[in-house]
Amino acid sequence: MRIGLFVTCLTDTLFPGTGQAVVAVLERLGHQVDFPAAQACCGQMHFNTGYRREAVPMARGFTAAFAGYEAVVTPSASCASMVREYYPALAAQARDPGLARAVAEVAPRTYELSVFLTGVLGVTDVGAYFPHRVTYHPSCHSLRMLQVGDAPLRLLRAVRGLDLADLPEADVCCGFGGTFAVKNPDVSAAICADKVAAVRQTGAEVLCAADNSCLMHIGGALDRQRSGVAVMHLAEILARTEDAR
Amino acid sequence: MTAPGAGGLQPGAPPASAPHPGMPTYLGMPSFPVAARAAVADSQLRANLTHATHTIRAKRAGAVAELADWEQLRQAAKEIKDHTLAHLDTYLLRLEANVTRAGGHVHWAADADEANAIVAGLVRSAGADGVVKVKSMATQETGLNEALAADGIGALETDLAELIVQLGHDRPSHILVPAIHRNRAEIREIFRTQMPGAPAGLTDDPQALAAAARAHLRQAFLSASVGVSGANFAIAETGSLVVVESEGNGRMCVTLPRTLISVVGIEKILPSWRDLEVFLALLPRSSTAERMNPYTSTWTGITPGDGPEHFHLVLLDNGRTSALADQTGRQALRCIRCSACLNVCPVYERTGGHAYGSPYPGPIGAIISPLLRGVTSPADASLPYASTLCGACYEVCPVAINIPEVLVHLRAKVVDAKREKTFSPERTIFQLSGWVLRSPRLLAAAQRAAATGGKLVARSGRIRRLPPPLNGWTETRDAPAPPPESFRAWWARTRGTGR
Repeated sequence: MRIGLFVTCLTDTLFPGTGQAVVAVLERLGHQVDFPAAQACCGQMHFNTGYRREAVPMARGFTAAFAGYEAVVTPSASCASMVREYYPALAAQARDPGLARAVAEVAPRTYELSVFLTGVLGVTDVGAYFPHRVTYHPSCHSLRMLQVGDAPLRLLRAVRGLDLADLPEADVCCGFGGTFAVKNPDVSAAICADKVAAVRQTGAEVLCAADNSCLMHIGGALDRQRSGVAVMHLAEILARTEDAR
Repeated sequence: MTAPGAGGLQPGAPPASAPHPGMPTYLGMPSFPVAARAAVADSQLRANLTHATHTIRAKRAGAVAELADWEQLRQAAKEIKDHTLAHLDTYLLRLEANVTRAGGHVHWAADADEANAIVAGLVRSAGADGVVKVKSMATQETGLNEALAADGIGALETDLAELIVQLGHDRPSHILVPAIHRNRAEIREIFRTQMPGAPAGLTDDPQALAAAARAHLRQAFLSASVGVSGANFAIAETGSLVVVESEGNGRMCVTLPRTLISVVGIEKILPSWRDLEVFLALLPRSSTAERMNPYTSTWTGITPGDGPEHFHLVLLDNGRTSALADQTGRQALRCIRCSACLNVCPVYERTGGHAYGSPYPGPIGAIISPLLRGVTSPADASLPYASTLCGACYEVCPVAINIPEVLVHLRAKVVDAKREKTFSPERTIFQLSGWVLRSPRLLAAAQRAAATGGKLVARSGRIRRLPPPLNGWTETRDAPAPPPESFRAWWARTRGTGR
């Protein structure tokens, strides 16, 4: 299968290891991964903050970069839900029939990593080995917009050596919310404080999620407290094997 | 951090006396982030809210799980409301005709001032200088109590929590539980200092507090000549109103006084009794987590020898028709004021209701207030941003209002309303970042610049302090330092440029 990797601007810029991990996992499963260099940002931050006009060219850029791939895979539930759930409305509002057609073609083939692995490829054991205590935060967009269900948990349970700890009140938001974290920093930090307390209660060494944005937020607070809890994207755990640490 | 209790009673608050003071207005409220900052720092408020919202949240989940057809009920409610809103003119005229036929009088109020003037005039012509009220969101929205007070008419709130709020010279902070921000020790203090005739030695035992309120209210019920209510539903086919409540004070207000005035938003209408069945299944479970609420009062005009001799229905627009004209926003008019969205909201749980600057707090308030009032004031322009877009509200909404969708829609309205205005630092940032983020070439250049800049400010891969507007982030969180090599640079170096 010819897979186009949509790495997302955030992961591209700040967390390249996550993109490398996605490539490693998919290639280990025998698939060809391509990184179309024309890709940039999906426009979610602009769209969600009210700058729709500015988001339209980003949607055009996305559809052009990924036209023709059998599947577009991204290590972000949030960006995947932007493409799948909001691009059709954005194209309609922009009164751009060409964009609407391009969206109709690419949006249904755009998958968040855990959905692609479990739902499209039908794989839960990707041959990973990670002998650590891990807890998983289901990001809101993965849970309630994309409805990935327990796909990430099934992948984690199949990782050899991994000790999966239940996160209390897991389905409550971490308080990131994109520009919310900067526009309402006090409320954002107050919500995050409870998420951090829940994470620490599990005794996990690693907090895992399917979105680097939420991990940047919770991880930033964990680091500020010198908690000793690391954050890792799901892909980075799935990429670990006994040979490659 | 404010010490526990410091955010509580204001020692300088004036004592309660007849007529009861109206609730303070919301005009001139600061924007949400400013109001929220103070709320987040109030540890007593935080403790009260955490306890209350978590309790209701868990109970609601249990009550909803009992019904196997919850999703179908939810879908039915959505469709009934959408149908009614699409034919609102027809059903409103039908309601008017049937109320009139049953001996009631219908008044149409375009805005809050008109509604308040109609009510004040009706109270005066009934020869009264005071009214008893059953909790009503519509009259909070119009500021009726303040308007009546300015006319020398006292309004006594008879719902226990509304009484606590009124006696405390406070504002409601929750749609269903207006005094959710108070605990029983604070309530005892309010009763002890503000309630005329409060029993000596009053404790903070809930039964003792309820008994004190009951004694205080009973005389008012028996002597009032005018009652004021809202309505949860108005049934067009018979011209009947429905009030759903838990304490029996509503039943007192709509049956004992000789004159009853009901102020009802035009979106509260349902075509038929058959439609009501769906909502009586959804509303109690969503709001109080009960299978059925204790008191459901319904009335149709007047009945000689039984209940009020005069009945007036004031139908309130106050921004509803402009909300109806908004194709995305109109779904907010389905709202049945259950407050399930408040109880699951991570933002509401930390700020409480006052920060929303409106009688409608929480996620529904963040969309209803700007839809009814527009997005011109700083408070209303900030409300659509008072959300992480986590979607928990949409998940529990019994009428399936896609609140995140409306929030994002309203954010675009806020941005577009300011586009014609002069320089905006935020818009400049978003326009510039828009150019960079749509261009792979500019993005790669920005990544190289960030890697260089990151080396200068980061320690052990973390950034402790960023300049505005990102300083809000680093106040409480470290930021990751940009790595020396972006993903696209790594790919180009190891795999070539691809297509």
